[in-house]
Amino acid sequence: MHSDAPFVADRSAARPRTGWIGRLLFRHEHLRGYGLLAPALIVTGLTVLVPCAMLVMLSFWTQVGYDYDTSLSLQNYQTAYEKPIYAALLQRSLWISGMATIVTVLLCYPMAYYVAFHVHRHKMIWIILITLPFWTSYLLRVFAWKVILGYEGVINSGLMHLGLITEPLRFLLYSTTAVSITLAHSWAAFAILPIYVSLEKIDKSYLEAAADLGDGPVLRFLRITLPLSLPGVIASVFLMFIPTLGDYVTPAMVGGPDSTMIGTLIQLQFGSVNNWPMGAALSVILVIIICLLGLCSFGLTRMFQRWAA
Amino acid sequence: MKPGTYISQPNTSLRLYAVVFMLFIYLPLLILPVFSFNSGLYVRFPLEGFTFNWYLALLNREPVFAALGNSIRVGLTVSILSTVIAVFAAKAIARNRLPGSGPIVGVIMLPLVVPGIIFGVALLVLMSRLGVPLSLYTVTLGHIVVCLPFAIATLLPRFEGFDLSMEEASADLGENGWITFWRITFPIVAPGIVASLLMCFTISFDEFIMAFFLGGTHATLPMYIWGQLRFPTQFPSMLALSSLIILTSFIVIFLSLWIGRIGLPKSAQSGIFK
Repeated sequence: MHSDAPFVADRSAARPRTGWIGRLLFRHEHLRGYGLLAPALIVTGLTVLVPCAMLVMLSFWTQVGYDYDTSLSLQNYQTAYEKPIYAALLQRSLWISGMATIVTVLLCYPMAYYVAFHVHRHKMIWIILITLPFWTSYLLRVFAWKVILGYEGVINSGLMHLGLITEPLRFLLYSTTAVSITLAHSWAAFAILPIYVSLEKIDKSYLEAAADLGDGPVLRFLRITLPLSLPGVIASVFLMFIPTLGDYVTPAMVGGPDSTMIGTLIQLQFGSVNNWPMGAALSVILVIIICLLGLCSFGLTRMFQRWAA
Repeated sequence: MKPGTYISQPNTSLRLYAVVFMLFIYLPLLILPVFSFNSGLYVRFPLEGFTFNWYLALLNREPVFAALGNSIRVGLTVSILSTVIAVFAAKAIARNRLPGSGPIVGVIMLPLVVPGIIFGVALLVLMSRLGVPLSLYTVTLGHIVVCLPFAIATLLPRFEGFDLSMEEASADLGENGWITFWRITFPIVAPGIVASLLMCFTISFDEFIMAFFLGGTHATLPMYIWGQLRFPTQFPSMLALSSLIILTSFIVIFLSLWIGRIGLPKSAQSGIFK
């Protein structure tokens, strides 16, 4: 805070310092702040920014046999654009995680509403209980669904045991349905929290005012609660849609040939196909899509905030 | 607002929905332990006999203990490093109103939303270009990327809801910065530190995708399970192992979330999703 220099000088008089480094650090609050941030910045730089820069560079190289052609070219992007398989997989990823996200957010809204408006004691316990499964191993949650949805799995064998079906339902495992259900279950907690927070923030006196002026429960919800909670809904759509878009584990474990997603393809390029530059290009494309979606959600939130204000 | 005022009357259907929702969230996770005690080789109804054999079988498996040891070592390193880095970062973000701290925090928080596969392959590319062999060290690095946002988000409310006058009083009484930190700041943020340690350990312990890309031949527990799932005959033992892991995660995370909220004002309790 350069602007309140006299104030800083005043405080330093009250706290005498020895050594010029100490004085410099004390006088320059910003410097001290950056010093504290430095470890986080260095780690983030080395583990996020530098690797991502490498990834972008690699995406402009091309694979020649076991080696790279390091002259810059757009060949990988051109391939990704021209071969219909890439566009199809990308579209499918958007479709699958989009559907899973919408269904999850719709299912989560009433739950968040319940905790925000109808739970009056021990709200914290409810929130912890809802989020708890989210922190257990993602791999194991997907494994659980594999066990449940399997051809001879819990649902099929249970229904057959009860005599409701005579042969296993095939569409359960290794299908888009399985991927959607698993994603919905895995990310429910992530989707609930932003909605809950935005509902919790709503000033209850608005609702009372609306009730006093004669609005029924439905109108109150539509005219007050829903609009004010929309930023939370957008945030939760964003928070679930983005990570699921590049998911690898779920399609690999419970998905079938018709539910391969872009994450699977990226893994293949770095694995058995062994075309790292192509994999890098696909990753960059995924990141660009994510950025665009992020901008959309940011813009939408702004719009709603202005509209609500 | 008091319960039962004319705005929010108890709503039976909504309560029923909440119960069903909680069942949907928890039942899949309970299926694993239920079948881990089933003596049949296949995971299907009707349940056969009750047995502890699948758990006992785990005891005789050397790779399980090797993977467990790897996971614990990585988890401890990751949780300590992430938490130490996060303590300093959270203090800087909350206190020193730094120009440009918004974008910086944004970048640090990126791994919360960007799919793990992106950072996994990016680190893999960097390591291979640098000629660094894949090992538990590279996995540790990858896990720090994943854990740092959670550690900072856990610690930030601690520093934000902090009564600055206590530190000032300590300074006025002549203590220097370090002593003030140890005697005033540290005890107040300590629950956040414990919560962050527990949380980072669990995240690292359970993390799969980074380990998958960066682990090479060194398996952590989730990688070991992933490898075994190709063999249907291994399912029962993996059910037993998974049940143990899920139970451990539940306990550790519950403690973390609980301790993390001790002494925080109500407004700050929604944590990272504020």
